[in-house]
Amino acid sequence: MRQWNLLGAWSLFLREVRRFLKVKMQTIMTPALTAMLYLVIFRYAMGDRHVPGMNVDYFTFLVPGLAMMAMLQNAFANTSSSMIMGKVMGMHIYLLMAPLSAFEVVVAFLAGAVVRAVVVATVFLLVLMPFVDLSMPHPGIVLLYGICASIIMGGLGLIGGMWARDFDQVAMVTNFVILPLTFLSGVFYSVKQLPEFWQVINHANPFFYLTDGFRYGFLGVGDTDPYASVGVVLVTVVVTVIACWQLWRSGWHMKE
Amino acid sequence: MNAFEINGLSKVYENGNRALNDVSLTVPKGSFYALLGPNGAGKSTMINILADTVRPSSGTVSLLGHDLFNERNWCKRRMGVVPQEIAFDPFFTPREVLRFTSGLFGCKPDEAWLDELLDRLELTVHAGKKARQLSGGMRRRLLVAQALVHRPELVILDEPTAGVDVELRRKLWDFMRELNDAGTTILLTTHYLDEAEELCDHVAIIDHGALLTAQPMRALMRDIASSYLWLNYGQAVTLTDADHDALAGLEPRSSDEGVCLKLGRSENGDSTFHQTYQAAVARFGPPLDAGVRSEDLEDVFLRLTRRAGGDDAAAECKS
Ligand SMILES: Nc1ncnc2c1ncn2[C@@H]1O[C@H](COP(=O)(O)OP(=O)(O)OP(=O)(O)O)[C@@H](O)[C@H]1O
Ligand SMILES: [Mg+2]
Repeated sequence: MRQWNLLGAWSLFLREVRRFLKVKMQTIMTPALTAMLYLVIFRYAMGDRHVPGMNVDYFTFLVPGLAMMAMLQNAFANTSSSMIMGKVMGMHIYLLMAPLSAFEVVVAFLAGAVVRAVVVATVFLLVLMPFVDLSMPHPGIVLLYGICASIIMGGLGLIGGMWARDFDQVAMVTNFVILPLTFLSGVFYSVKQLPEFWQVINHANPFFYLTDGFRYGFLGVGDTDPYASVGVVLVTVVVTVIACWQLWRSGWHMKE
Repeated sequence: MNAFEINGLSKVYENGNRALNDVSLTVPKGSFYALLGPNGAGKSTMINILADTVRPSSGTVSLLGHDLFNERNWCKRRMGVVPQEIAFDPFFTPREVLRFTSGLFGCKPDEAWLDELLDRLELTVHAGKKARQLSGGMRRRLLVAQALVHRPELVILDEPTAGVDVELRRKLWDFMRELNDAGTTILLTTHYLDEAEELCDHVAIIDHGALLTAQPMRALMRDIASSYLWLNYGQAVTLTDADHDALAGLEPRSSDEGVCLKLGRSENGDSTFHQTYQAAVARFGPPLDAGVRSEDLEDVFLRLTRRAGGDDAAAECKS
């Protein structure tokens, strides 16, 4: 007999949202500010230069990429920090003791990550509204890529948080895996600017497709065809969710 | 119907530690059950398996007739567990934590019940503080409140009174007794054996992962707890081989001030006090003072667990 515990999942989701809202300076303002600093620096370093092969100036090109980078990093941070905090403080046992299915737990965590990512990106974009043309010719693509990227990153954060034994190990994954992959996902450049070798490397980075598709939604130009990549992105989302679900169900690194 | 029927439960941790070894135990519905054992005996391992935070290696458990491992969520809704390790979320206040825990268990927060829990656990004035501002004893009481938010039929407490001061400990036990009177089954571990003896109607003692005994408290105290007759001669009595022969069966032991003999029951159930006293007087003469001392739960516990540890020392013979 299958008994859903929707209220339980909803409560967990609300806690995930409240958790980051309680420290909004750190979780929302800091990422938005960091992205803006990058923007200012590159604006003055690059001047009015246009991106080669695209009909946009460098400033406009950077905005969606930085928004995406903030979403990726914050979605990861939300689930990974919640998991590791729960483990270090011992609170995670309430998730194990509660009558929640693994699927409910995973959905609640991922939804929390999506909300955090969307809030950070929205704050960032709202501040920039007066300075840049955000006409967004393909809002559906923006939404699809933004949410899928948050789910994938939230999922990776969940797995990283489950795997880690302490805050240090989470920091290690963040700094050595997540930061390089997001920085090298084509936020600051168009791959066409790169030597061929690096172009190939970039095409192997899954986050490249997410960033590029997201930017296409905003600007109508990109290095890849976002409609062609949708399938890959959706498959990645499904694989990530299933991986989280099965790992949680098995008690991997959570139950002795 | 039994609250828990635990059958052949074993746990071997990944590092090879055998924490539970084929333990079978029945906890009757409505009982107030003490699970006792020295440090490292396997109590928390057993509780954590029931709570689903540790995986069993083998064995089965049925909870109110339902298979615990196959109908986890049905069982979890009926069970509240106070973990031994203090757990707290530094971001939230006790009231927020209780609301959140209610939600996790699928219950809309029942504010009146939460107020009562905060009140009974003396947390009302701390309800709005951040969890990190609470003292150790307050955190422990919050864990007890968290275990009760969904009004579980079965409550499992792993050392709920560790670090809780005397007065609040009393209040906590009063509260548990009320819950028990109202039909809640309570299974607890504690190292305060006098409290266990006073409160609980059933007791199980485990050591090194194995069950030593499990019975109603009264039966245990009647069948296993012994009584001793002590006789004071103002100085230690040196027991000769002849004394041992003459008093065989009475387990004579010398104490600081005299001698100590074990009391038993004759075939018709009467105490052997009279014969034992006369035998002692015949051997050593009339004592300055004499009395009977019965073992309490702590004595029985020590006797059983020492034997399990290979050290067959008898309980101390104090006057
Ligand atoms: N995570 C673990 N990994 C390996 N061994 C463990 C683990 N947890 C407990 N043990 C071992 O299992 C045995 C039983 O431990 P447990 O915590 O169940 O004892 P306990 O009866 O609750 O003791 P205490 O009274 O100290 O709380 C001990 O030998 C302990 O060292
Ligand atoms: Mg323990």
